[in-house]
Amino acid sequence: MYRYDDFDHRLVRERVAQFRDQTRRFIRGELSEDEFRPLRLQNGLYIQRHAPMFRISIPYGLMSTRQLRKLADIARRYDRGYGHFSTRQNLQLNWPRLEDVPDILEELADVEMHAIQTSGNDVRNITSDHFAGVARDEVVDPRPYCELIRQWAALHPEFAYLPRKFKIAVTGASNDRTAVLLHDIGLVLVKDKTGDVGFRVIVGGGMGRTPMIGHVIREFLPRAEIVNYLDAILRTYNRFGRRDNKWKARIKILVKERTPDQFARDVEDEWSHLRDGPSTVPDHEFERLAGHFTTPPYDVLPGDDASYKAAIADNRAFANWASRNVHAHRVPGYAIVTLSLKKAGVPPGDATSEQMEAIADLADAYSYGEVGATHEQNLVLRDVRQRDLFTVWSRLRPLGLATPNIGLLTDIVCCPGGDFCSLANAKSIPIADAIARRFDDLDYLHDIGEVDLNMSGCMNACGQHHIGHIGILGVDKNGSEWYQVSIGGAQGNDAALGKVIGPSFAAKDMPDVVARLIDTYVDHRHADERFIDTVRRIGTEPFKERVYATAH
Amino acid sequence: MPRLIRNRALARDDYALVRDATSLADVPDAVAVIVPLPLWLERRGAFVARGETGVWLAPADDPATLVRDLVHLPVIAIDFPQFTDGRGYSHARLLRQRYHYQGEVRSIGDVGRDQLHYLAQCGFDAFLIPDGRNAEDALAAFDELSDGYQASVLRAPWFRRRQAIRVTQ
Repeated sequence: MYRYDDFDHRLVRERVAQFRDQTRRFIRGELSEDEFRPLRLQNGLYIQRHAPMFRISIPYGLMSTRQLRKLADIARRYDRGYGHFSTRQNLQLNWPRLEDVPDILEELADVEMHAIQTSGNDVRNITSDHFAGVARDEVVDPRPYCELIRQWAALHPEFAYLPRKFKIAVTGASNDRTAVLLHDIGLVLVKDKTGDVGFRVIVGGGMGRTPMIGHVIREFLPRAEIVNYLDAILRTYNRFGRRDNKWKARIKILVKERTPDQFARDVEDEWSHLRDGPSTVPDHEFERLAGHFTTPPYDVLPGDDASYKAAIADNRAFANWASRNVHAHRVPGYAIVTLSLKKAGVPPGDATSEQMEAIADLADAYSYGEVGATHEQNLVLRDVRQRDLFTVWSRLRPLGLATPNIGLLTDIVCCPGGDFCSLANAKSIPIADAIARRFDDLDYLHDIGEVDLNMSGCMNACGQHHIGHIGILGVDKNGSEWYQVSIGGAQGNDAALGKVIGPSFAAKDMPDVVARLIDTYVDHRHADERFIDTVRRIGTEPFKERVYATAH
Repeated sequence: MPRLIRNRALARDDYALVRDATSLADVPDAVAVIVPLPLWLERRGAFVARGETGVWLAPADDPATLVRDLVHLPVIAIDFPQFTDGRGYSHARLLRQRYHYQGEVRSIGDVGRDQLHYLAQCGFDAFLIPDGRNAEDALAAFDELSDGYQASVLRAPWFRRRQAIRVTQ
C-alpha cells in the first residue's frame, strides 16, 4: 500500500501544527465559533449532540495493521474504546475532547494517517472498491489512481470553500461496488481499444434530500488528463454552484439546472484551457504510484483447496459463513473475507478496540498485514488462503465478527442517527437492531437471500437509504420520530433510486413493516429471484397493499 | 483601520476602497481608488484617463469582463462578503493563469489569517485585513504549510518537481 515519503510526512505534520495553533486560538477566544467552524471541519471535527465527533480518513478504505492498531489505541485512550466505520470508509470517534484533537492528529501522523477534509465544504475522502487489487472482475487496479486523486484533493488551495461537500468515488471493476453513479464525481477506469487506460467521467449523482443518478459527461478521458479534468469540473462548480441555499448547493443541482449536456460543455471549455498544462500527469508518476501497490508474495496454489471444500461439507455454520462472507479472489487458492460488523445488538459499523486489534493480528497472520473498510460498513481481509479460512472463521466467531450475513437483510447500512448526530431527525440504530432481532433465524435469513437494507436518520442520507432495496428514512413529525420506507433502490451497475411506498410508520411498527415486505417477496418470487428483482418485475403495488392492509 | 499586507509584509494602503459608487461623482478626487466593477465598465474611458484606478469584483462577477482592461488596472481587488464563499479563489487563478494579469490582486472583505496561505497560492499578493483581526499575526500564515501537492500560481505540481529533482541529481 502507499507509504509516505518525506514530502508527505512534512505536509501532514505542518497541517497538524497549523490546526493545533487554530485550536489554541479558538480556546483562547481569538477565533470566533464562526471563524473556527470551517477550519475544524476541514480537519475532521464536528460538534455533535453529546461531544465532538471526529472523523479519521482511511483513504480509499485501505489500511495497514499498524494503522488499525493505532486506531484501536486512539479509540481506547481518547474515546470510549470503540469506533464507527462509516459509509465513506472512514472511522468516526464519537466522544473525543476538542482539546485532544491536535494530539490525536499528531499520533495519526505517526502512522501516515490524517483527518484532512473528512468534513466541510471541500473534497472529501476518495472512496473506492473494497476489493481493489484482488477482485476477479477488475479491469484496472484503482488504488494508484485513488492515491493520485487523494494527493490532488489534499489541501487544494482553490477548493477549500466550495458551495458544499464534494464526494468522489473511483472503481476499476466491471461490477461497481462503490455506488459510482451516486457521487458528485464517479470515475470508472476503463481501457480503450489500444489498451490505454482512461476514465469514464460521471458527474451529478448523489443522495441527500434530492437523490439523483449521475450523468456520464465523458466516455473516455486519457489518464494523463485526470487532474486537469478534475480541476475543470471543480472550478466550474466552485464558480457557478449555488450558494444561496444549502439544500441546492451540491453539484447535482448545478448539473440539473444547466442540463448535463450544457454542464459537460462548460467543463470541456474549462478543460480546453488546462489541457496539456502543468498538471498533466506524466507516465512515470503513474508508475511510481503503482509501485506502492505491489502484489504480495502469493503461494502458487493449484486452485480450490480440498480441505476448505471438505469443511464446507462437514460444518453447516462454516458453510453458511463461507456462502455469504467469502468472495472469489483473482489468485487461485485464495479468498477475500468480509468481517461482518453487523451483529444484532451492536450498532452497524461499530468495532471495539479489542476487535480492531484482533483483526490486525489476523490480518498479519493470514492476509499480508492489510485490512479494507467497505462503504457498507464492514471490514475485509483481502488475501486469505482458502486452506486458512476455517481457522480464520474459528477465530472470528468468538470475536463476534463472523455473522454470516454479508449482503443479507441484517447486513444493515445505517448512520449513527439521533443517538449521536445533531443533524438527525430520528434514531436509526435501535430500529436497525429491532429489525435484526426480528430476522435472527439464520435459515430464514439465508432463504430470503440478498437484500440491501439502508437506513438514514435524516435527509442527509449518510445511511444511503435511497439505494437500499429497502430504504428507511427517519423523519420528524411534530416532534416525534417516524420512518418513511422506500423500495426498489439499488447500487451497482444498475443503480436506481428507491420509491417511497406511502405514509411513514412509528418506530415500533418497523420490524413488522419489513417483515410484510419480505413476506410479499417470498409469496411472489420466482426461483433464483432476489428481492430487488421481484420488486422490479411486479412493481411496488403488491408490497404497498400488504404493508398498509394490516398496518393501520 | 483595516491593515494591508502586501508581498508578505505590512504596507501602507495607497488606495481608497470605494464600496458604493454608482457615478463618477461618488469617487473621491486626487487619490488612488478601487471602484466597483459595474461603474468601471460604465465609465471605463474616464477611469483609464484618470489613472490610479483599480476595480473590485464581487463573487458573482466574471473576471473575463476585464480582459481588455488588464493593462490599465494597477490593482484588482476580489471581495469576500463571507470567507466561506470561495469563488474568489478561482477568480484570482483565472486572472493570473488564464489572463496573465501582472498587477496586484488584493483580497478585501471577510478574510483573516487562516485564509491567507491558500489565497496566496491562488495568486493574491495583497490582503486587506479587516478591523478586529490581527494583521501582524496573520503574517505567520504564509509559512504554515511549506509546500503542496497541486499546481498553484506559485508552483508546479509536486509530481513534476519531484521528477526534476530526481533527474538533476
